[in-house]
Amino acid sequence: MLLKEIAEKLSLKTFTPQVEMAKDVKGGYTSDLLSDVMGASKEGDLWITLQTHKNIVAVASLRELSAIILVKGFEPDRDTVEAATAENIPLLGTDLQTFEISGRLYNLLK
Amino acid sequence: MLTEYNVEGGDFTRAGYASSQIKKTLKNLNISPEIIKRVVVALYEAEVNIVAHAFKGVISADISNSGIKLVLEDEGPGIPDIDMAMTKGYSTASSRVREMGFGAGMGLPNIKDNADRFNIVSRVGEGTRVTIEIDFAG
Ligand SMILES: Nc1ncnc2c1ncn2[C@@H]1O[C@H](COP(=O)(O)OP(=O)(O)OP(=O)(O)O)[C@@H](O)[C@H]1O
Ligand SMILES: [Mg+2]
Repeated sequence: MLLKEIAEKLSLKTFTPQVEMAKDVKGGYTSDLLSDVMGASKEGDLWITLQTHKNIVAVASLRELSAIILVKGFEPDRDTVEAATAENIPLLGTDLQTFEISGRLYNLLK
Repeated sequence: MLTEYNVEGGDFTRAGYASSQIKKTLKNLNISPEIIKRVVVALYEAEVNIVAHAFKGVISADISNSGIKLVLEDEGPGIPDIDMAMTKGYSTASSRVREMGFGAGMGLPNIKDNADRFNIVSRVGEGTRVTIEIDFAG
């Protein structure tokens, strides 16, 4: 499913309005441990996390993840937004907690 | 082709820089995505380990026709028990580092899983040298 379609269906807000959202998402990965995401996520996964610092962009970019969703209304750090924009990683947000947003995304993609 | 990068301990704002530069180089060389992925995962983990655990270090990357050899040499506390450090879940990361989502004790196991050859030499109170080799041909 296209990322922009997912963002609409899940009412996600975007912190990176300049970044292209017309990419295909095949799966998701939920984790707040960076080396877990590094080792176990798959290319194109939509990553759900509560981490808001810049290193999440490095991980998403290096692992070629499709986008990042911040949970529970967390706001990204300013340099996180700058890095995400520069690296073309859509940075999205939801007020839902991790369990709920993961479940909803799973239902959309299954 | 040999390139070098300096890494500062504690400076998480630049963590992953060497990994992303080397990823670009390998892409330009048309190395397969599966191999690039393994290089990136292994190098990122080793790079972050210098940032998280050591004072400063140098990464050297030697790319040949047959593969890549990465040597990460740091000045730092060293690793007293390498077998213990290699155990999944073992970490001495500070609480500040853990709050950022590092310190799962999965970095060294990730490196081992992705390298064709991998070696750690460490002296307590001096530093650590990690060598990672990944072949380009399957
Ligand atoms: N360069 C290093 N210098 C000193 N100690 C190190 C170094 N690299 C690893 N270690 C030690 O080995 C432990 C395990 O490393 P590993 O990369 O597996 O996990 P981590 O860095 O603690 O957490 P994670 O990599 O999951 O974020 C570290 O907690 C640390 O005690
Ligand atoms: Mg580590």
